[in-house]
Amino acid sequence: MERGVVLLDFWPSMFGMRTRIALAEKEIKYEYREEDLRNKSDLLLQMNPVHKKIPVLIHNGKPVCESLNQVQYIDEVWNDRAPLLPANTYKRANARFWADFVDKKIYDLGSKIWRTKGEEQEAAKKEFIDCLKLLEGELGDNHYFGGKDFGYVDVALVPFYCWFYAYEQCGNFSIEAECPKLIAWAKRCMQKESVAKSLADQEKIYEFVLHLKKVFGIE
Amino acid sequence: MSKAELVILDYWVSPFCLRVKIALNEKGLQYEARPEDLFGGKSELLLKSNPIYQKVPVFLHDGKPLCESTIIVSYIDETWSSPPLLPSCPYGRAQARFWADYIDKKVFDASGNIWRSKGEVPVEAKKEFIKILKQLEEALGDKDYFNGATFGFVDIIAIPLTCWFLAVEKIGGFTVAEECPKISSWTKRCLQRESVAKVVPDPEKVYEFVLMFRKMQGID
Repeated sequence: MERGVVLLDFWPSMFGMRTRIALAEKEIKYEYREEDLRNKSDLLLQMNPVHKKIPVLIHNGKPVCESLNQVQYIDEVWNDRAPLLPANTYKRANARFWADFVDKKIYDLGSKIWRTKGEEQEAAKKEFIDCLKLLEGELGDNHYFGGKDFGYVDVALVPFYCWFYAYEQCGNFSIEAECPKLIAWAKRCMQKESVAKSLADQEKIYEFVLHLKKVFGIE
Repeated sequence: MSKAELVILDYWVSPFCLRVKIALNEKGLQYEARPEDLFGGKSELLLKSNPIYQKVPVFLHDGKPLCESTIIVSYIDETWSSPPLLPSCPYGRAQARFWADYIDKKVFDASGNIWRSKGEVPVEAKKEFIKILKQLEEALGDKDYFNGATFGFVDIIAIPLTCWFLAVEKIGGFTVAEECPKISSWTKRCLQRESVAKVVPDPEKVYEFVLMFRKMQGID
């Protein structure tokens, strides 16, 4: 194991998946610790006292919080292999912009799709697809958002792919029908070992969402 | 470098635009700040340069647009390396980014919950705002700046928001100096820097703007 790399995580978290992918891309051995979010460990509360959330990356005993922050940290520390952020400062700013766009939009809209019904759900579905189409525009004809190589924006977005099935089932729509290029990109990413082994199984995510709906009393 | 190569699409009272101007000032760079009329009609250049959000600030470097103030400040720091705004070690940088993100997610919205409120300001809104500032006080500790001994990235992200605090205090009925004295003294310290003082507006003028905005929105 690299000198003390620990990841406090929760298996369905798309944010945790980002960090898992980054660690896998850099071939860093680490200890994965599953958190029970209804009963958070002392270590989690101590290492992330501000937000009390996963994922928390602990490196040599020191915590790094917030998934995109962790991905940048991993990229900077293990900078001798598999670069995630572009070297060019303008391209790097552009990558940060789109990762930030994913952060601002995709989680909340996806959540609304499975948590709501009727008009609210329809509005969320429409906005969700609009956002995915903007991302398709940014991808263009490139293999990855990083261009030829898998990179930062790919890491930021691809974890949501394993949640798409749950969104589709709950929202009764097909994401592939609306955004075929994006799905093709996601499938391309899934051929990478770092992605395939970091993402959760989509059927298990859907079961998890159904369980959450029951717990929250959502039909 | 000629002024025309660095342009910021600006709005005088926007704390997000101020971040960019302070960063450019810290680097000793000349730039043109082009005021946008956010109420009357945004310029074609703004709409074309920031099609996703259609917001200020937009920073144009040789015509190439950059959006989102924290990302712009990072870009400025990486493109013009002296003086550095972020620490050199990855852990220090991760800490700085964490606090910049915290400030981004929390402070402006929490202050908005106070200055935008109709009628009596909810107690929860005041408590939340003070709680956030106290969290920042803890992060600051006994340091002169969030960055440590020198003014840097997190200070740049945070300081512009403080010119809105007078409006929050007057509408909320409390003072930051009383609740969070360390934040108050850090604010005064930062305002002594020329890079900050020459662009941050007078809080009284920001308060007037807030009152005008409240009237426009039918809150007053």
